[in-house]
Amino acid sequence: MVQEINSSTEKYLRGKYSIVGVGETGYTRGSGVTTRVLGTRAVRAAVEDSGLAMSDVDGMLSYSFNDSTPSPTIAGDLGMRLNFHMDVYGGGSSIEALVGIAIGVIEAGMCKTVVIYRAMNGFSQVRIGGTGRGGQSSISGDGLFTRGIGLMSAGQMFCHTFMRHMYDYGTTPEQVASVKSIHSEHASNNPKAFYKNRVSVDDVLASRMIVKPLHLLDCCVETDNGTAIVVTSTDRAKDCKHVPAVIQAVVGRCMKPRSDMHYQSGPISTVAGHYAKDLLWPNAGVGPEDIDVTGSYDAFTFTTMLQLEDYGFCKKGEGGDYVSSGVIRLGGERPNNTSGGHLCEGYTHGINMVIENVRQLRHDVDDYCPRDANGVVQHSYDYSEGGCRQVKDVELTANLGWGTPGMGSAMVMARGT
Amino acid sequence: MGLSGEYLGMPVLIDDLDKDNQAFYRYCGQNELRVQECLDCRLKRLPPTSACPFCASERVQWSPVSGRGTVYSYGEVHHAIQGAFRSHVPYHLLLVELDEQKDIPNQYDGLRLQGNLAEVDGSLATSETVKRVGIGTRVKVSFKQMGDQIAMPLWVIDEDSTQPEAPWRYPIE
Repeated sequence: MVQEINSSTEKYLRGKYSIVGVGETGYTRGSGVTTRVLGTRAVRAAVEDSGLAMSDVDGMLSYSFNDSTPSPTIAGDLGMRLNFHMDVYGGGSSIEALVGIAIGVIEAGMCKTVVIYRAMNGFSQVRIGGTGRGGQSSISGDGLFTRGIGLMSAGQMFCHTFMRHMYDYGTTPEQVASVKSIHSEHASNNPKAFYKNRVSVDDVLASRMIVKPLHLLDCCVETDNGTAIVVTSTDRAKDCKHVPAVIQAVVGRCMKPRSDMHYQSGPISTVAGHYAKDLLWPNAGVGPEDIDVTGSYDAFTFTTMLQLEDYGFCKKGEGGDYVSSGVIRLGGERPNNTSGGHLCEGYTHGINMVIENVRQLRHDVDDYCPRDANGVVQHSYDYSEGGCRQVKDVELTANLGWGTPGMGSAMVMARGT
Repeated sequence: MGLSGEYLGMPVLIDDLDKDNQAFYRYCGQNELRVQECLDCRLKRLPPTSACPFCASERVQWSPVSGRGTVYSYGEVHHAIQGAFRSHVPYHLLLVELDEQKDIPNQYDGLRLQGNLAEVDGSLATSETVKRVGIGTRVKVSFKQMGDQIAMPLWVIDEDSTQPEAPWRYPIE
């Protein structure tokens, strides 16, 4: 049943808000510090990057799986008095949704500038899927449908969608593995990336099986990190240090029917982007063909492919061709996850792909290219290992956030002036 | 009273407030697969929910289904996360589409139940049996008791049914 979607974002908000600051700690396995420290460092870095004073930032948002430190603590540590804050539950697909919420609360006059962060020891403290934990408590009624059948991790939850896509459309393991291979090329030009080594399609297929159809290297790398972005009005962005990344449209946690049990509602090889695209593109006033760089959430190789396909970057069913054709590679027509993404840079539940696209839009990606006397990066556009990862003349980016096959978020940003 | 039991060494407790799951697993305990059927729109649904996902009604009856179906998709777990499953790898996470209500209310919709593949004695399937099953395999429900009153529904290969010549499996074994 296709619903008529009445877009609620009035077009005049297009371009009215911008991301003006980005910041992160390193991406490590073993940060050696609390999420409180990670959050504090990321927020400070993002605010400093924007050029605003700490006292200019009066709103704060965060997201977590109850595995982090909440806003009042981070704000307190940095001496920030907030007019608005909120800490929401959730991981993937949160960041684009929170940008929309930030726009809403600023528009409502509740505050002027919002910093959004994610602070997690995703490797050394709380691993997604509850690896090694939760074995002792009783299984509940609902839990019998998950823990009771050995279904806990994200890969185990999503495998039906991935496998069915291969069955429905003839997608091959080699096509999907090329996502990891290409993202690893991008990461080899990213000094921050946790995995900087380039891997081949054969390396992915030779890595051990986790849950079919996912090999180890089809899965992202769990890391410890703090990450943050600053959202304010495009007017106010004029006072900031960098060229703003101007928000054209956001979609937040858009759902398929029966998002609770998405596999009850078909076709299961279609994901929430199928619905989200009808909000995203009309609100942004552009289409997939206009986008220069994508940030398609790569919790798994498959999630990147499924979203690119359902947002219309290729025809339905042709995602395997699209991701293996070279289009998504640096130097290709529309590179994806130029930082290496979750598969290689580090796992943040989406925010590092937004940070990367903000830097792409500034034409100021932190690669291995030299800086001139004024601190401006001299990009070579030579994408060989240990080189450049700035895409030439980026004007428009799209972030496609994944929560589950049944839930996703998205954002289009444009280079400001 | 909550319903308690044990499965693969894991304690199970269905809370006394959780009437929907209590009913579902109690029927399983009687070797019956029953699903909620909405008394207003007459559509069946899985797994148990507090209202009808098709019309929002809470009026419901528990209707028996045949317990026969076709594997719609699957995942084959080689790296178990839970201790209780480590000795059973590889194990199947099957998504089974029941014969009832296929393509209803919309094309590609169905009445689907996730579960593990098992041998006829109720133990999780051996690796040889796992390799026989893919998309298209005909399966039927079987029950493994989790105590006096409740049971876990499992899927076994339906040897009485006509099977596809070769069920679709992931191309790399």
